[in-house]
Amino acid sequence: MLYKKKFPLVIFLIPGLILIFLFLYWPFIENIKNSFYDITNFVKMPGKEWTFIGVENYKKLLTDSKLRIAFANSIKMMGLAVVFQVGIALGLAIFVSWLRRGENFFRTIYFFPIVISATAIGLIFKLFYNYSGGMLNQFLEVIGKDPVNWLAPGRAFTMIAIPIIWSYVGFYFVILLTGLNAIPEELYEAAKVDGCSKVKQVLYVTLPMMRGVFCTCIILAVTGALKVFDLPWVIAPKGAPQGRTHFLGTLMYEQTFTIGNVDYGSAIGFVIVIFGLLVSLAVNELLKPDANL
Amino acid sequence: MKSSGDAKEHKRFSIRKTVTYLILALWAVTTIFPFVWVINNSFKPSAEVVNTSFSLPKKFILTNYVNAFGKQDILESYKNSLVISGTVMIAVMFLATMMAFAMTRYRFRGKAIVNAIILSSLMIPAFSTIVPVFKKMAQFGLLNLPVSVILPQVAGNLSFATVVMMGFLRGIPLEMEEAAYMEGADVFKVFTRIIMPLSRPSMATVAIFCFLWSYNDLFTQLIMIRRRSGFPISVLLNEISSRYGTDYGLMASSVTLIIVPVLIIYAFLQKYIIKGLTAGALKG
Repeated sequence: MLYKKKFPLVIFLIPGLILIFLFLYWPFIENIKNSFYDITNFVKMPGKEWTFIGVENYKKLLTDSKLRIAFANSIKMMGLAVVFQVGIALGLAIFVSWLRRGENFFRTIYFFPIVISATAIGLIFKLFYNYSGGMLNQFLEVIGKDPVNWLAPGRAFTMIAIPIIWSYVGFYFVILLTGLNAIPEELYEAAKVDGCSKVKQVLYVTLPMMRGVFCTCIILAVTGALKVFDLPWVIAPKGAPQGRTHFLGTLMYEQTFTIGNVDYGSAIGFVIVIFGLLVSLAVNELLKPDANL
Repeated sequence: MKSSGDAKEHKRFSIRKTVTYLILALWAVTTIFPFVWVINNSFKPSAEVVNTSFSLPKKFILTNYVNAFGKQDILESYKNSLVISGTVMIAVMFLATMMAFAMTRYRFRGKAIVNAIILSSLMIPAFSTIVPVFKKMAQFGLLNLPVSVILPQVAGNLSFATVVMMGFLRGIPLEMEEAAYMEGADVFKVFTRIIMPLSRPSMATVAIFCFLWSYNDLFTQLIMIRRRSGFPISVLLNEISSRYGTDYGLMASSVTLIIVPVLIIYAFLQKYIIKGLTAGALKG
């Protein structure tokens, strides 16, 4: 009865929807359009018209070696995120669930890096990796080894992946721990009565019961890895050295805002969306989170 | 026979327990170490950071902090960040509650479409919208102003916040609202006097999420804010890192100044913060 008159709907719904349209849908469409033009200036000026170039930018994507590196790095990052972020988090969560005490303590500690900005974490790791006087090389000196160039071309990607993985383990830890706590105690009791060891309990009770939560974690890890920007940008700006540490996000930024290749950057932006969608769909299809076992 | 078996069992348990605690403690140390290291080194001159970064400062000095406040004007950046992220937080909190209220209480034509619009916008990352938004902001002369970051960030957080609020509002029984209606309250009174007070905990959750997300986001802020006096914290930090990368002491003190306020807030509100940042994941 109260909600029969529809007029208030306008007031409650429209402001938010307008914002979503103006700042998400419209620019998203506009961005796709832009990627088909040759854009020399951000603002259209007389004499410097944009020219329609069709799928030129997308053809360039296929042959661009920088993009190939960025794409490979982003895919590698997805794999590493699933294996290590979710993997370490799962191990820690299972261990904590075995304990009677300390759950809150570990939860609080492990989660902390997530509230710290990736920019600050990037700076800390930059101080760790510095060749002259960085924390790691000081440590090597103490144990009598030669200093190492931690951000050398062959090693840089791994060194950047480490803080990305490290800082988000706590996030998946909390999600997985919540999932673990939701598993009824009786299932474990029943398994114990049937003679299952702790390891078997994990394999036959915990993991199957956690399927839905797992799927959530994996999708979050994969899409999160695709959105990586702040950390690599702070530790090794512009994909240094030699574009080896570019991710799709940092390459898009560099092309658009430092090189001024706006249309190409727009094309990369669109590819990120499509790729993210495809990967999430694939994960959903592979893991079938809602299927009954 | 039985008792010796028990003893053996007991022993195995305690070994496993020790190992478990050890592994958990090890990860806890790796989590805390970088922060402790950087705070410790912020009180040393750069020359000391470079050589003896593991020991406590020989003499506590505040030069790095003087530089951070004086040369870098970190206070100004705090203010800019508070203006931007505070506004984003408040705007998203109210707009999301309003939208969630409309979506859970009303039946109307096209509701499924609106729902789909909200959900699909979750899939649109900033990478694919920033160029046109940047162009429009430049056209209207809004670049470098807080509003150029606030509007895209509000839009970027809104759908997610709405989804979380919808999950909560669905759980509030309608009886109270109906009773208020019988007493003569209109929809707006119901919203401000019943819905908002009842949803205070989830509004807080959403608010914390939005604030931290906005405060920590570098991408949008880096693009929109190019004038130094307008730099929010994360952009200033990026600038310090690329320009003063050799002044280790200054870098350490700047990072410390970013971490400490968040650490204090975290110490008091960690329960809500953890809930806030994982809420979306758990509700789908």
